Amino acid sequence: MYSAGIDMGSRTVKVVFLEELKVDGAPQLKWGVKGKHIMFPEDLDADQAAEKAFDEALQAAGIARDKVTRVVATGAGRKQVKFATADVTEVSAGAKGAVFMCPTARTVIDVGAEEGRGIKADGDGKVVDFAGNEKCAAGAGAFAESMSRALQLSLKDFGQASLRSDKTIPMNAQCTVFAESEVVSLIHSSTPKEDIAKAVLDAVASRVTAMARRVGIEGEVALIGGMVHNVGFVQSLKTALGVDQVLLPEMPEYVSALGAALLAAENK
Amino acid sequence: MTYPTEPLKCWKKAKELREQYYINFAKAKEKGGIRWSGSAWALDAIPAGLGNDVYSLTGEPYGAAIAIDKKFNKECQDAAESYGFARDLCAYMRTYWGSIILNKYPFGGEFPKPDFNFQTQICCSHAKWYQAASTLEHNTPTFFIDVSVGAYNTLSKEGLDYVTNQGLEAVEWLEKTTGRKFNDELFIEAVKNEMRSTSLWAAICCENKAKPAPLDEKTMYSLYVLATLSKSSKWCADFYEECLDEVKDRVKRGIAAVPSERCRVMSDTQPPWGFLKVFRYLEEYGAVSIGSLYTFGLEGIWETKPDGSWGPRTLPWEKGIEMHTREEAMRLYCDWNLSKPQWQHFYDPRLKTEMMKTIVKEWGVDGVMLHLNRGCEGLSLGIMENRLGLAAAGIPVMTFEGNMGDEREFDLVRTQNRVDSFMETLDLKREFAHA
Repeated sequence: MYSAGIDMGSRTVKVVFLEELKVDGAPQLKWGVKGKHIMFPEDLDADQAAEKAFDEALQAAGIARDKVTRVVATGAGRKQVKFATADVTEVSAGAKGAVFMCPTARTVIDVGAEEGRGIKADGDGKVVDFAGNEKCAAGAGAFAESMSRALQLSLKDFGQASLRSDKTIPMNAQCTVFAESEVVSLIHSSTPKEDIAKAVLDAVASRVTAMARRVGIEGEVALIGGMVHNVGFVQSLKTALGVDQVLLPEMPEYVSALGAALLAAENK
Repeated sequence: MTYPTEPLKCWKKAKELREQYYINFAKAKEKGGIRWSGSAWALDAIPAGLGNDVYSLTGEPYGAAIAIDKKFNKECQDAAESYGFARDLCAYMRTYWGSIILNKYPFGGEFPKPDFNFQTQICCSHAKWYQAASTLEHNTPTFFIDVSVGAYNTLSKEGLDYVTNQGLEAVEWLEKTTGRKFNDELFIEAVKNEMRSTSLWAAICCENKAKPAPLDEKTMYSLYVLATLSKSSKWCADFYEECLDEVKDRVKRGIAAVPSERCRVMSDTQPPWGFLKVFRYLEEYGAVSIGSLYTFGLEGIWETKPDGSWGPRTLPWEKGIEMHTREEAMRLYCDWNLSKPQWQHFYDPRLKTEMMKTIVKEWGVDGVMLHLNRGCEGLSLGIMENRLGLAAAGIPVMTFEGNMGDEREFDLVRTQNRVDSFMETLDLKREFAHA
């Protein structure tokens, strides 16, 4: 039998299945990732996107739908997942998944498309405290994406470009609109793209670091969410946190879906 | 298990008293009465010495009343901004100014211009509020009393003299401005009424220590507002006597405000008035907001009892202290107001944190929801320090951004999402969604 987690993010839908496995025939159970699937909703509405992503994930994993006993939804669109058994917030799911993937992590920084947040978790992945950005995208992945477009760089090149810069250009980290106008000014003043890219990523890192500090940084720090793929951001974050290492789970964009699947398996 | 519940009987009367207050202000001139305006923290027993036909319009509850009327509120905000006032100023203040600029009173007719403004200064916005209002109203006479003499636990004789002397000076100013003779008996009676009102309100809040809580914060807003309107009036003090009796009876009979009560939270600062449904959303988790330092201490006057608990401040005459003269009454009155809980954090956020920790302990609070209220610089002052202090004490705490009176700065869905996360940390499920 399987448990599933579905993360209805603002840009993508992620699905993870967990299979219940007995260890050496003993009652002890462990959970293995059976399948995962990501899809971009594009112009589908949320209901359709959830159904389509789930069906495609089932097909890819070779699992019959009636073998899935529980589905926990998370993400901004979690309430749109009509077939979910329960739903949990991104905060709970992110912490659960991150601590599962990185057991020594007690501080989780989650930077997805829509929101950045700092989470303090215990050893079971239960949230102790959390903080997030409010009505502003400046601490979120969508901001970095928007700025990469302004610089006419792909997201991948945007992150790599920032690593070539050793400049520190202060940028407004509180408001995307102000920050964008600063980027335009920097472009017009012929500032090299790599310096601008680093300034943008430093600003996002500064913002999410402040959120993490608000809840108190304890233990090791794990970074989850799509921004893990941005090497420049990871470096900016390490600098902002003043640490040599940030734990990066293998499938960062699936961590919240995994956390939801774990909670489904625990029947929470 | 759910608790029995029933509507609060005096709630309707509270609504009627509030409506009558605004009508009385509008119609004061029809009977030759006096109108004055000032904040809910104005020392309103002083103008009460001018007669029994003196009516006030307090600015903050006026702003809150308008905030619930989303269309008119937007008109007021737009009018104030079009006039040139900045959008990040106090939301109540902008609404008030907008109402003057539009010359529109939400309770009918034109904005009823006051004969004078009478104001205390402790919040950074209060002085400018009535200075600008006076200008907009073509120079309404305005008197300010500076009450910023430090926290009550450090109050010196000189500090109390400073405020008391301004109160006595205000009497002379009122006589000169209105042409009326000040009546000391009326003043002393108003001082006693205010002491009764504010001590009784604290006593009502204390009843919420009971489990289940007899009152939820959303209901308390309809009750505490009377003290913000006219705390020195007999009708306000008498209402709180009646209300206290009813709330005590609810406690005795185990009547809950929220039948699904499983968890008790407290809030902080003014709520986003146009979105009080947030409190109903909490109930879907079985969570009741039992109040806040704001609801308890904006007008309630408290003291630490001999056993260390927090309770209503003892009335002077219950301790054998009588008021015979204007000077005696003014001094006691100023001392009473300077102990107001919500004035203390202006001097040191740790004082507020300690009071909040007291509420958490004595009212059995499981978590605190801090409203980072962009609409009120005064009450938001030091709020992140409060968060740190509460978290350091091991108290679960969440923050949400918003604005008490400008809905452009509040996001309901995002706030509910934040509440969802917070409830999950408290191990609560949304199991009373249709309760």
